[in-house]
Amino acid sequence: MSKHTLSVMVENEPGVLSRVAGLFSGRGFNIYSLNVAPTLEKGVSLMTIVAEGDEAIVEQIVKQLRKLIPTVKVKDLTQLSSVDREMVLLKVNAEDSKRAEILRIVDIFRCKVVDVSVDELIIEVTGDQGKIGALINLLTRFGIKEIARTGNVAMKRSMQIDL
Amino acid sequence: MKLTGAQILLKCLEMEGVDVMFGFPGGAVIDIFDEIPKSSVEHILVRHEQGAIHAADGYARATGHVGVCLVTSGPGATNTVTGIATAYADSIPVVIFTGQVPRALIGNDAFQEVDIVGITRPCTKHNYLVQDIEDLASTVKQAFYLARSGRPGPVLVDLPKDIQQQLAEFHYPEDVSMRSYKPTKKPHVGQIRKVVKLLKNAKRPLIYSGGGVITSGGHDELTWLGQTLNIPVTSTLMGLGAFPGDDDLFLGMLGMHGTYAANMAVNNCDLLLAVGARFDDRVTGKVDTFAPNATIVHVDVDPTSIQKNVSVHVPLVADCKSALAALQKETEVSLGDFDWKASYGDWVSKVQGWAAEHPLTYNDDETSIKPQYVVEKIYEITEGDAIIATEVGQNQMWAAQFYKYKKPNTLLTSGGLGTMGYGFPAALGAQRAFPDKLVIDVAGDGSIQMCIQEMMTAVCNKLPVKIIILNNGYLGMVRQWQELFYEKNYCSTCMDAQPDFVKLAEAYGAAGFRVTEKKDVESTLREAFKVDKPVIVDIRVEREENVYPMVPAGASLTEMLLV
Repeated sequence: MSKHTLSVMVENEPGVLSRVAGLFSGRGFNIYSLNVAPTLEKGVSLMTIVAEGDEAIVEQIVKQLRKLIPTVKVKDLTQLSSVDREMVLLKVNAEDSKRAEILRIVDIFRCKVVDVSVDELIIEVTGDQGKIGALINLLTRFGIKEIARTGNVAMKRSMQIDL
Repeated sequence: MKLTGAQILLKCLEMEGVDVMFGFPGGAVIDIFDEIPKSSVEHILVRHEQGAIHAADGYARATGHVGVCLVTSGPGATNTVTGIATAYADSIPVVIFTGQVPRALIGNDAFQEVDIVGITRPCTKHNYLVQDIEDLASTVKQAFYLARSGRPGPVLVDLPKDIQQQLAEFHYPEDVSMRSYKPTKKPHVGQIRKVVKLLKNAKRPLIYSGGGVITSGGHDELTWLGQTLNIPVTSTLMGLGAFPGDDDLFLGMLGMHGTYAANMAVNNCDLLLAVGARFDDRVTGKVDTFAPNATIVHVDVDPTSIQKNVSVHVPLVADCKSALAALQKETEVSLGDFDWKASYGDWVSKVQGWAAEHPLTYNDDETSIKPQYVVEKIYEITEGDAIIATEVGQNQMWAAQFYKYKKPNTLLTSGGLGTMGYGFPAALGAQRAFPDKLVIDVAGDGSIQMCIQEMMTAVCNKLPVKIIILNNGYLGMVRQWQELFYEKNYCSTCMDAQPDFVKLAEAYGAAGFRVTEKKDVESTLREAFKVDKPVIVDIRVEREENVYPMVPAGASLTEMLLV
């Protein structure tokens, strides 16, 4: 089992999200995260779907997505060199005694504090899975009160370099 | 001149060449019904919407054209869901029009409102809610195009009542162009060459043909390939009729209730050419031991079917007819004088040996009527020149095993979904398409009761379908499983409390016959087939007869229970 990031261009018509999500639930595939928004092209939206499964399952997912009538294009970015980002908002406990340490972490991770109150901070972080995972790990001990994540967005890199 | 939405819909149907649709009126489609008498499209009123969708499906299977169904919103729409899923499972082109509450009421839990687009999303090829009168004609055009192209399937169009009443200029688009939908039709040349090379080097090839050959109209090409190259052919339930059922190379069905020869051939072949079939679990049995020695070539128009259930060595995405035609051409060009007969001669004798060793058979006797005997008699009397619809269960398997389908589109059966109640309304659709043909529904006493109300549709529309009930007073297939695998715990499968089917037929204005003696089977069938109205023949068959051979669910194809 591994995670695959799929970039799916769809016609932006009513019910298209439910068609895609329904395909996953109806066929027993697992969605890890899903992000949708319009693109520059009129009437076309881009979905970034992170799905879990072995190679055969992911191949089937990709084919089934292509089979949906409103699907314009499906790319499995996992086999390509790509940029992956997620934006997360974290509401963290921050009493006076801990505040300096939290701010130091925020600084090291190059995140932003976007809201401050007496004993809480809201932190905005953007990055790949590794960075976000590391930050959440570090902040957990202070007490994360709330978390809001966008799910992955991804784009194929212009230069495909074999490493 | 501006037309109403209802008028536009009927114009579209006329332009699609639709001559008949099956349906049931209601408040949300009354505007369309108001226009039907003014159009050239005939409407056949059924007695339940499930009947309408199965009839449209049967019409589509028998003719190869798109079947059309028209029902109202809410319960009218939901009553079609079983039939839509049936058509979806077997890739049958059907367009379903459902009424919907006016747009202003959508989402307000209005009277007879249901989100039918949401409900049918997983069991349609695609579906639409028309939100703008200007989109109506192009949506209908797309619906027909989608239903019949690529891998065919049901397409639903939901029509709000106010759209049916609004006015717009009528313009029917000539072509459909959808950037997101471009089904592959032509096979890849390189793959075709690869297959011909494999055929040349194979010693024990086998063709496994499915419903896709029939849907694509590829039966002539399939027949050429099998007969000219001397390759044995086995078929799925859906594929019966694509290759002549009385040909020496034809092994019958494979899989759970397949023949000994077919299953042994699968097990021993070195090249399996799967065409328009999808390796359903009823065909493969235990996947790990399916065709263990074979290089597998899979031709299918739908890429998702390839590599879904079994791992395939040579995938070939194409319409079956085009692929088979390309194979024919390539074999003729590159191997014109290759001696196919000699090349596979030993293998063919071996396969035919298996067929002779364990033919399809049953223990016939004089004291009771065996259901298989009835099916054999139907075949003898009709000489195979009839359209056979079936219900689902033992009756369906016997109709598949003991009747030889010589032509495509002559077996109408719910293969993928296994829908009890399918056969009779489907037979009505076929009879409407071919008024002069003998159309027979081979039924069980359980299945026939699921859509028996369509007897009235048959009688008042003069659709003289012949229903042959293989009456064993059981839900026979489930009883068979209970007998073999559940220690004869016949829970809820005994159906011997049943209507008097002869009187039932007569109550509807049809004819009824009952047969209790073997000696009367043939004469009664002959008599029934001559009656110029719908007929029920209630044949009391051996109660606990089983369908054999049988591969238990999940077992390997070689683990067959024989008679």
